[in-house]
Amino acid sequence: MSKHVLSLLVEDKPGLLTRVAGLFARRGFNIESLAVGISEIEGLSRITVVVSVDGLPLEQVTKQLNKLINVIKIVELEPDSVQRDHMLIKVKTDAATRSQVLEAVTLFRARVIDVVSDALIIEITGDTAKCAAFIKILEPFGIKEMVQSGVLAMGRGSKSITEKVAK
Amino acid sequence: MTNEVLTGAEAIVRSLELLGVTDVFGLPGGAILPTYDPLMDSKKLRHILVRHEQGAGHAAEGYASASGRVGVCIATSGPGATNLVTAIADAYMDSVPLLAITGQVGSHLIGTDAFQEADIVGITMPITKHSFLVTRPEDIPEAIAAAYLIASTGRPGPVLVDVTKDAQQNKAEFIWPPKVDLPGYKPVTKPHGKQIQAAAQLIADSKRPIFYVGGGVIRSGAAKELLKLAELVGAPVTTTLMARGAFPDSHPQHLGMPGMHGTVPAVMGLQRADLLITLGARFDDRVTGVAKSFAPDAKVIHVDIDPAEIGKIRFADVPIVGDAKEVITELTAELTTALKGKKPDMAEWWRFISGLLERYPLGYTPHEDGKLDPQRVIQRIGELSGPEAIFAAGVGQHQMWSAQFIKYERPNSWLNSGGAGTMGYSVPAAMGAKVAQPERLVWAIDGDGCFQMTNQELATCTINNIPIKVAIINNSSLGMVRQWQTLFYDKRYSNTDLNTGTDTIMVPDFVKLAEAYGCLAIRVEKEEEIDAAIKLAIETNDRPVVIDFIVGRDAMVWPMVAAGVSNDQVQYAKDSAPIWDGEE
Repeated sequence: MSKHVLSLLVEDKPGLLTRVAGLFARRGFNIESLAVGISEIEGLSRITVVVSVDGLPLEQVTKQLNKLINVIKIVELEPDSVQRDHMLIKVKTDAATRSQVLEAVTLFRARVIDVVSDALIIEITGDTAKCAAFIKILEPFGIKEMVQSGVLAMGRGSKSITEKVAK
Repeated sequence: MTNEVLTGAEAIVRSLELLGVTDVFGLPGGAILPTYDPLMDSKKLRHILVRHEQGAGHAAEGYASASGRVGVCIATSGPGATNLVTAIADAYMDSVPLLAITGQVGSHLIGTDAFQEADIVGITMPITKHSFLVTRPEDIPEAIAAAYLIASTGRPGPVLVDVTKDAQQNKAEFIWPPKVDLPGYKPVTKPHGKQIQAAAQLIADSKRPIFYVGGGVIRSGAAKELLKLAELVGAPVTTTLMARGAFPDSHPQHLGMPGMHGTVPAVMGLQRADLLITLGARFDDRVTGVAKSFAPDAKVIHVDIDPAEIGKIRFADVPIVGDAKEVITELTAELTTALKGKKPDMAEWWRFISGLLERYPLGYTPHEDGKLDPQRVIQRIGELSGPEAIFAAGVGQHQMWSAQFIKYERPNSWLNSGGAGTMGYSVPAAMGAKVAQPERLVWAIDGDGCFQMTNQELATCTINNIPIKVAIINNSSLGMVRQWQTLFYDKRYSNTDLNTGTDTIMVPDFVKLAEAYGCLAIRVEKEEEIDAAIKLAIETNDRPVVIDFIVGRDAMVWPMVAAGVSNDQVQYAKDSAPIWDGEE
């Protein structure tokens, strides 16, 4: 099972996400993570998909995605591309444990964004491994709730996938 | 100059007219009612009222497949739209340019489970090339024009435009031509020069090349170009179920159809080739058998307009993305230079092929059960009608026999449901073909099972003066399923008996049914009556004709490659496998 990060430049049209997600399901591909948002060009969105491929060639799914009329461009990002998860974690704390949790927050360069007497909400950004390590540290204190964005990714260097996209 | 202000409904009709559409098939209902009002006044659009929306869909498909033009069908929301689904799926599988226009409930009602509401855009997403939901009248011309463009260019396919009732009722300025902006849609038609050179080189170097021709050659209109290339190379040619007619059956290089029910020379020619010249074909499982064992020694040149088809099933040594017509033209030019006037030496290859042709010609063993031989009936229909006719088949045994025993000499003369295998395709498809090409003789060659799925369109044919001919190959059963039960289920005939034969309770009696629909109806039970009935059908043009040919139910389609085995194990007839090696 190998993991691939695809970056899609798409027209911002109704039903677009259904078309993209449906295509993965139909062709037997498992989406590990998905992030959708606007791009720097009006009317165009960026989708970042992390997909696990088992046996089936990734080429087939990218070709099928390219056939979707509203998909303008697909790039498979290099493994060394910038990849970031974004998480919010609600951790149980009390007077005795709070300082240990705050220490972990500092070490991981995370941020506390909500404080009540018995819990904290912590925000962390980083690659998947860093976020996973942070969760492991927090687990003994008791994680009450956790949400996570899909991976956001961008190729390194000065090039942009929207170059050459006539608009 | 100010633009005319039209209702959305008027804009739909006007857009179709301006795109050059002349015939549409449909059936009105609540959500599409506004559009049917201006449709009544149109001088340029002929609307043909069908009896079931599936019929409208297949008629539009038959229209498109016979003429190469976009077929258009219209239905209302909810069940009207879902009744189109089978035809849309069929068009998707067989790359048929189809424009489906559906009414949708008012935009303020969408998502409320309103009366006759169905999310048809969502339902058809996996089976359309693209779809549009239009909620504002000003967006209609662009949506229709874009849908028409998408359906008819690149790899053709079905496109759906769903228009809310308020978008049809409200008014907007009608601007034509609309700005069609599809930045993500740029089909590649012109092949890459280097790939053409590489393909020419492979052909020049090959010892046992063979053409594997698919439906793309028909859709692209490349039959003439193919003939030129094939004669230049001198290699054997096979035409798939979707490509029958792309290359003349009378041509000495033609081995016929490959695949599950292909000819032995076509199947084995592909198996023993060292090069497949694949043109607009997609290595369908019905052609390849077990894909891993298909044409094991062959390198592959794969030409397709859809890049996703290349490498999907079989690795392509030389992949060429482009329109078949352009690719074949360029390849012919390149190869002419590369060969420098000499033909590749294929004497040994042709010796092998000729041996197969001699030993394993297409044929059948007549049955002694007192019933007609279905193969003979179909063969005579082909012979008496000639190559200018159009033949639309349903799905099953009669479809395979029609593909085998009718000799096709020109593209677009053979219509069938290849990919989807939709029973009920033939009567409405023949109707659509006859509307597109009224001067041609059009046959629906149907089974007794298929016929009972869509025969209500005979009413449409009679009332609208569309005199098609229907040949029911009546074996009183779901014949192909029965054949599999005979071969693989120990002759346990579970639910395949249809009771339409003369020695059954005959429900329905097809002659009475056809007469009720205003057709000339003929029953044929004796061999000596076959020709006279076909001739009478050909001569009768004041109404549709239905011939009920009572055929034996034990006739089987041969040759056959059973499901799940290699094409090397093709059976010439029951318990008769060809002998391959050695001269015996």
